[in-house]
Amino acid sequence: MKRLFPILAVLTALMLVYAVYQALVVAPTERTMGDVQRIFYYHVPSAWTAFLLFFVNLVASVAYLVKRNPKVDALAMVSAEVGVVFCTVVLVTGPIWARPVWGIWWTWDVRLTSTLVLWLIYVSYLLLRRFSDSAQAPALAAALAIFGALDIPLVYFSIWFFRTQHPQPVIGGGGSIDPRMWRVLLINWMAFLCFALLMCWSRYRLETMRREVEEAQALESLLGDDRGPSAEIRNPKVALNRSGQ
Amino acid sequence: MNSIKFLYSAYAATWTIHLLYIGSLVRRYRRLKQELSELKQK
Repeated sequence: MKRLFPILAVLTALMLVYAVYQALVVAPTERTMGDVQRIFYYHVPSAWTAFLLFFVNLVASVAYLVKRNPKVDALAMVSAEVGVVFCTVVLVTGPIWARPVWGIWWTWDVRLTSTLVLWLIYVSYLLLRRFSDSAQAPALAAALAIFGALDIPLVYFSIWFFRTQHPQPVIGGGGSIDPRMWRVLLINWMAFLCFALLMCWSRYRLETMRREVEEAQALESLLGDDRGPSAEIRNPKVALNRSGQ
Repeated sequence: MNSIKFLYSAYAATWTIHLLYIGSLVRRYRRLKQELSELKQK
């Protein structure tokens, strides 16, 4: 597995370079918006990747509540964290695209607001994981993740149910897209998916290592410190020496 | 010309976000490695 990681990293880097070339050079220029429409090749694949990672988080959270497996819990945390990174890209590239096209950076319509709410929910999830020492934190976070995932279909289908500034979705939206644009979009999505997989892999290894270090530190404080209360419990002479008797 | 600025800004922002995240992963990895080596020394 350790050998596979650098190979996958090099392949992903090559794919990302090729994807940028396709987006900036090969893809046809859109007639109304011009070159700024090429933001589409980063904005849409980032959104799809974020949705997919939040879905993985949902599945892992449900599995954790059922089986209480710490590995599944780690997967849920990792997918949420990388998903937040991709969702941040969506929330940053969207306004940069909106400014020259709509004339405004942001509007409080359903699609944009529900995406911001989605991001806030998963940031809250990560904060809960980061700052809660309670043994119940993984279960609470899993429950929050299940409620958070309810916002994903709202984000995607909001365009169908409400009048919004945002254009129709690429898949199932009823609009048409040039086949050459489709091809470039899929190439970019594949590249981003491989990149997301690499980030999840690295983050999962980091999380496993963090848990091992925490366990070792807990064990060390329990057994290794002769001045600690645990030493007094194990050996009453330590307590007697400390009190000077 | 003006729209090109927005296009490059969006691409640069995307990679800045990703690189910041990768940087945070590297920083966290180094800290854990140091903690692990300190534990081994004890």
